[in-house]
Amino acid sequence: MNVWIAIGATVLGCYAVKLAGLLVPAGALERPVVKRLAALLPVALLAALTAQQTFADGQTLVLDARAAGLAAAAVALLLRAPFLLVVAAAVVVTAGVRAMGAG
Amino acid sequence: MAVGLSGFAFGVTSAGGGLTLLQTCALSLLVFTGASQFALVGALAAGGSPFTAAAGAFFLGVRNAFYGLRLSQLLALPRAVRPFAAQWVIDETAAVALAQPTRRTARLGFVVTGLSLYLLWNLTTLLGALGAEAIGDTDAWGLDAAGPAVFLALLAPMLKTGTERAVAGLAVLLGLGLLPVLPAGVPVLLAALAAPAVLWADGRRRGGQGDAR
Repeated sequence: MNVWIAIGATVLGCYAVKLAGLLVPAGALERPVVKRLAALLPVALLAALTAQQTFADGQTLVLDARAAGLAAAAVALLLRAPFLLVVAAAVVVTAGVRAMGAG
Repeated sequence: MAVGLSGFAFGVTSAGGGLTLLQTCALSLLVFTGASQFALVGALAAGGSPFTAAAGAFFLGVRNAFYGLRLSQLLALPRAVRPFAAQWVIDETAAVALAQPTRRTARLGFVVTGLSLYLLWNLTTLLGALGAEAIGDTDAWGLDAAGPAVFLALLAPMLKTGTERAVAGLAVLLGLGLLPVLPAGVPVLLAALAAPAVLWADGRRRGGQGDAR
C-alpha cells in the first residue's frame, strides 16, 4: 500500500510540474534574463544529476567503476560518437572494470 | 536506443528493489521521467517513507517545468493540447525540440521523440522487470552507468560557452558537496542555483549591463 501511495504522489507531482511549465504565460518569458535563466537551468540540473549518479552511493560519495564508465562516455562524446555508442561505452566499460574486480 | 537501455535498467532496478511488475510498469506509464523513477525506487528500496521518496522524485522532476517553460514558447501549442503534451515534456524531447531550427521541425521533433521514447521506455521497462530474475546482479552488467551517461550525452551539446561550463562546474560541486548532508533530491535542486549565480556574476562582470542575449 505504501508503495502505491508513493507512486500516486509521484505521478501527480511529476505531471503537475510538467504541465505547469507549459501553462506559464508566454509574457513571463519576454525578459531576456528569464530566457537566459531557463536555458541555463537544465545545464545545472543535468550536470548535478550526472555527477550524483556517477559518484553517489546513497548519501556517500564513492569512486567506483561508474567513474571509468563515464570517462569512456565523455571520450565517446569528444569523438562525436552517436548517442547509443556513448551510453554503450559507459555500460561496457563499467561492467569491464567491475569484472576485473576494481569496484 | 539509449533510452531503451536505461528503460531496461529501470525495469530491472525497480523489480530488484521489491516493486511488483504492475507497480514498475505504472511508474513508467504514468510518471515517464527517468531520473524521478530511479530516485523513487531507490528511496523505497532503501526503506524511505512513501512521502520522502515521492518528494525526492518530485524535486528531480521539477526540471521538466523549466523544459516546459522553454517548449511552450517554441512549440506554441494550443491550450487544449497542452495537458496531453505535458506528459512528454522530458530531457530528451526538450533537447531534440530545442535543437531544431524552425517551429515546424521543433513540433515534429517533439512528437516523434515523445511517442517513440514513450513506447520504447514502457516496453523496455516491462522487459527489464521480467528479466530481473534472469539477469541477477544488474550492476555487474554496468547498467547503473546508463543513466548518468544519458545525462552526460544530453548535457554535452549545451556546453557552448564559458557561461554554460561555469554553471555545469558549479552545479557539480553543489550537487556532490551537499549530497552527504541533505535529504535525497534536495542537493540537485540547490545545484540548480548555479544558473542564477553564474548569470548574476556574468552580469556584474559586464559592468552591470546584464546579459542581453
